[in-house]
Amino acid sequence: MTSPLEQKKIKIAGPSIVTANRTWDGIVVYRTAAKSWSADLSEAAIVRNSDEAKALLAESVADDVGAIGPYIAPVQVGADGKIEPGNLREQIRRTGVTIGQSAQV
Amino acid sequence: MYAYDEIDRTLVNERVSEFRDQVRRRLSGELTEDEFKILRLQNGVYLQLHAYMFRVAIPYGTLATNQLRALAHVARKYDRGYGHFTTRQNIQFNWIKLAELPDALEDLAKVGIHAMQTSGNNMRNVTSDQWAGVAPGEIEDPRIWSELIRQHTTLHPEFSFLPRKFKIAITASDHDRAAIKIHDIGLRLIKNEKGETGFEVLVGGGLGRTPFIAKTIKHFVHGRDILSYIEAILRVYNQYGRRDNIYKARIKILVHELGIEKFSREVEEEWQHIRNSSLQIDDEVIEDIRSRFSYPPYEKLPHMPDELRQAAADPDFEAWRKNSVSPHKNQGYAIVTISLKPIGAPPGDATAEQMDALADLADKYSFGEIRVGHEQNLALPHVAKRHLPALWKALDKLGLATPNVNLITDIIACPGLDYCSLANARSIPIAQELTRRFANHELANLIGRLHINISGCINACGHHHVGHIGILGVEKNGEEVYQITIGGRADENAVLGNLIGPGVKFDEVADVVEDIVEAYLALRERPEELFMDTVKRLGVEPFKERVYATR
Repeated sequence: MTSPLEQKKIKIAGPSIVTANRTWDGIVVYRTAAKSWSADLSEAAIVRNSDEAKALLAESVADDVGAIGPYIAPVQVGADGKIEPGNLREQIRRTGVTIGQSAQV
Repeated sequence: MYAYDEIDRTLVNERVSEFRDQVRRRLSGELTEDEFKILRLQNGVYLQLHAYMFRVAIPYGTLATNQLRALAHVARKYDRGYGHFTTRQNIQFNWIKLAELPDALEDLAKVGIHAMQTSGNNMRNVTSDQWAGVAPGEIEDPRIWSELIRQHTTLHPEFSFLPRKFKIAITASDHDRAAIKIHDIGLRLIKNEKGETGFEVLVGGGLGRTPFIAKTIKHFVHGRDILSYIEAILRVYNQYGRRDNIYKARIKILVHELGIEKFSREVEEEWQHIRNSSLQIDDEVIEDIRSRFSYPPYEKLPHMPDELRQAAADPDFEAWRKNSVSPHKNQGYAIVTISLKPIGAPPGDATAEQMDALADLADKYSFGEIRVGHEQNLALPHVAKRHLPALWKALDKLGLATPNVNLITDIIACPGLDYCSLANARSIPIAQELTRRFANHELANLIGRLHINISGCINACGHHHVGHIGILGVEKNGEEVYQITIGGRADENAVLGNLIGPGVKFDEVADVVEDIVEAYLALRERPEELFMDTVKRLGVEPFKERVYATR
């Protein structure tokens, strides 16, 4: 995971969001436009250039009690506005393990 | 089993109270994450992809049944009903909430279990042979020395802020089941010509980004001097180990850069300052620790009881017995390895129900004791042979009698990208697919001993460097790519595997392993020639040709 400090020089190649883990229980959350956190990716604030990304990340880092380890992650935004994770890691974070663990879970 | 004394119990309980207060202050905002992180890591709490992960120590791999039930309780009450046994005699819970962690720790503390130093740049869980105390031919029980080192290094201020994490493993048998040569310090318990107990000390082993097999730094250190010698090593490491570059901070890098001769001279010089200090161990201290280990009241039992003779007619039982039952130092008893590698399941996982049921079986058949091995399997160390048929039936009902120990489906795998925030690629689905490909036990037995190790990143938690077949997942241009090595091993003849060629995609890994195995079956000179022997005899080339000829 790239830490916020390592993301000081932020370059984004496409639509991106800020994601983190909620502090009290650790679940995956996304920064919203309402300066809050949501477990629903569809509510994530989309940034499209480095300045926007930097600002959203700075705001997220400042909310240290709400969530930890915020970082910028790529997303794909469909023509209908639907947001999908931009890589396998984020896909797994959103939908869970890929190992069919019905016996355990 | 080892019985903790009042000092241990107080320490563990105080630690719970301390961590409860730290969590309270974190959740209220009194502590920032930067301030809290080192505190949670010192209590085994990581942040992974989906949630916090809680790593609990099982010192030298020994568990009492009430402890296993407590782990089942934590899995059920605070997690999602299962736990994952790791390659260092720990168990991990993958879905735990920070707010509930102090309660989980408190519940574990009631049975003497804790998570201290299961993370962070300190002395980690001291590991040992899971057959300690029962293995035929063992020099003496290595857990006594493991416990001595555990006591000395737990919360030791000098070892709490090392340049990087530090791992010690101990074996007392010729066959190394503790993988001591891939540890920061490996200790091989031996006797000198006077019959005195001591250790061959190895240093600088480790895997990860820069793998090294440990080198012998001293051929014999008397048992009474082992703490001072370890401390001398740690002092040299503390002084010279790099803190400016995390990738060069492990002791293996220091040993490599200084050279073993110079490193050992530094240690020797330091040791002379401290060896005749209070670190010298009195016999009474060892005897006190020894007296706190209890051993079962073994009976005199026949080597071949009637129950075993009768059960031999059942081919399924025989397949399991031949695979999972090993000789015990006492006649009439056996060591039973319990495979946590059922076909198609994540390696090393056990449900709360399995843990509870296994605790019941251990009470009934193994004097209330369970062992955890670095291969991510469990063991019952004291089973009377006459009970083997009944135990097998009970284990089979629980899904814990897969007869694949040390075979191709007994795969070691890290959690990989399904759980781990460091991973670049998935490990568990690769393992699952491989177990399905080689699910036929007759085929697996035909192949014979073959260890597959899978890591989802260069940190090598799945020990891929020392797998007979090693699989390393990396990320390339947004895709999972897997590098395959062959010829590694983690035992007394430990050696690193060799890369066979360019990486392959996720969907191709199982096919490649099948190709390697088919090549081995075609190339071996006789059925008894194990995969490792064939690789040693022929090298990588014939396997490389087979794999890449059509790719």
